[in-house]
Amino acid sequence: MTRVLRSNLWAIGLAVLLLVLLGLTKLIQPSFGFNGLESLARASLPFAFATAAMAVVVIVGGIDLSVGSMMAVCSVTAAVLMTMMGWVPAVAITLLVGLAMGAINGSLIVVTRVPDIVVTLAMLFVWEGVALLILGSPGGTADRALTGMVRGWTGPVPSALLLMLICVFAVWWPLSRSKLGLSIYATGSDEEAAFRSGVAVGRTRVAAYAICGLYCAMGGLSLVMLTGIGEPVPGPYLMASVAAVVLGGVVLGGGRGGMLGPIIGVFVLRIIRTMLTLMGVDPNVTTIVEGSIMVAVVMLGGFIMLRGRKT
Amino acid sequence: MSDATTPETPSLLLRIGRFLRDNPVIPLIGLLFALIGILELMRPGIISPFWMGNTMRFAIPLAMLAACQVLTMLTGGIDLSAAVVATVAGFVVATATPLVGVPLAVSIALGAGLMVGLVNGIGVAFARVHPLIMTLGTGLIATGCLQVYQRYVIATGSEIPAFLVWLGTGRTGILPNSLYVFIPFAVLILLLLRYTGFGRVLFAIGSNENATRLSGLRSWQLLMALYLLSGFIAALTGLLYVGIIRAPSLSLANPLLLPSVAAAVIGGTSIFGGRGSYAGAIVGALILTVMGTMLTLMQLPEGARRIIFGLIILLVTALFVRITNQR
Repeated sequence: MTRVLRSNLWAIGLAVLLLVLLGLTKLIQPSFGFNGLESLARASLPFAFATAAMAVVVIVGGIDLSVGSMMAVCSVTAAVLMTMMGWVPAVAITLLVGLAMGAINGSLIVVTRVPDIVVTLAMLFVWEGVALLILGSPGGTADRALTGMVRGWTGPVPSALLLMLICVFAVWWPLSRSKLGLSIYATGSDEEAAFRSGVAVGRTRVAAYAICGLYCAMGGLSLVMLTGIGEPVPGPYLMASVAAVVLGGVVLGGGRGGMLGPIIGVFVLRIIRTMLTLMGVDPNVTTIVEGSIMVAVVMLGGFIMLRGRKT
Repeated sequence: MSDATTPETPSLLLRIGRFLRDNPVIPLIGLLFALIGILELMRPGIISPFWMGNTMRFAIPLAMLAACQVLTMLTGGIDLSAAVVATVAGFVVATATPLVGVPLAVSIALGAGLMVGLVNGIGVAFARVHPLIMTLGTGLIATGCLQVYQRYVIATGSEIPAFLVWLGTGRTGILPNSLYVFIPFAVLILLLLRYTGFGRVLFAIGSNENATRLSGLRSWQLLMALYLLSGFIAALTGLLYVGIIRAPSLSLANPLLLPSVAAAVIGGTSIFGGRGSYAGAIVGALILTVMGTMLTLMQLPEGARRIIFGLIILLVTALFVRITNQR
């Protein structure tokens, strides 16, 4: 029990912070209640998937700057497919597309030996272009069954939150307990050592990027579910996901951290936006404050990493 | 670089690569002329003095923005906020001129660039955030600030200072007036990189930062100065660009970001630091502008153009990695 507590100390601390922030929100706006929670859960949906995608590649010791663009590709793919077929095959194909895009990113990194940050920067533009080729302007359609999934409540939990938790942990939970999961952590904490102890480092990395792509596909699908259309221009998910990952206790550089922390981190960052909106702050100013908080979080993460390296 | 200096017979790719690495500008100029030739074949009669002046006019802001990327890449960084800073500077100068007059508006615009550079410098030099993430974040914040600023000046209208229009759109003979800014600028950057301590230390940091620190250099001072300079250059570019476009908008120079990185990479600047030249980036900017004309002639959609730019960056970088690994 104490071991479980200690290994999740960071996530528990964040959860407490989240509760405090929720309480503060209630103080600022006494009418903030179930409706507020439901819309918060819905607004956090794409951010949560983007963060899950980023967390996997950060744990393996890389970074994926093309997260937002891949989500855009998946969102337009799903929206276009749903004009032609039922939602089940459309979702399945979209997930496969995401998986394939991630695998392409990973393979390019492994084969070309160009650092991940450069490859994914280049791929950011490639995927952005692909999304624009698939759909020149926002359009397409979403099935009623899908858009209904993220509205309202399922028992005591907002449906959007439930859907997100199921999707994220249905992939992450078995993965982190498998051999592949162990390889991902090993590669992230020390690639050389992992290689010497028999981990197929290259294959592990490709797999991690493929899973990142899979989460991006879920993120793209969630965008379609929320808006009902496909949007080819990527949203502001890159910076937000890096910030949430760092806030969630995953070390930039790899090998440490889990999935629970980053997901709670997403909600902490989102609730701050809700609070600012409720306080009547200009939405554009909110963007500035949010951006500053994200930069501050990433800078703080940098300081912590520096100190960790010295000791 | 001939066969006699190497014991084994290197492959053709390797030999070409070595030549490229040692003299990146010469093959690049060849490539530029080849592209111009192809363009002439595609649309006979397109090449004229007027066309050349126009190409130069649009390559100049790109080449200036590429300077930000070359300088930061030499240390192993990158400046993704450069295009946003240029947009901010251009927008601010156009909207503030009717309110406060030209000199103050220009100084505000340049000051904004320096501010962003300062924040970038603090993040990169002290907090050790990866420059890519840091500059991405500051770019985001700067965009937000610009949107807030826009709400206060929405009623005042805009006026672009006459001298910027003269620089941006005027011609002397067939040559665009922006060369009056660009030639001294390029000479300064080239001299800075080749003959000053600052320039040499940039290369040193990029090659091996630990060694540079151990040999007694305070790298934070240098990184600070570097990102300040980069912000200043970006703001300067924005001033020039708004004179060329003559219509300030909230995404004025943002489309120049990717081409500016591509120009630096094509010009032989290594994205990992320690290697590169500004002369190459200038030719790279010209190549990209000519290629842009070609893609427009081929009527490729915007999506395809982005894909091609992205793949070019990837391909060139991969080639550089291969060459340096096989050395």
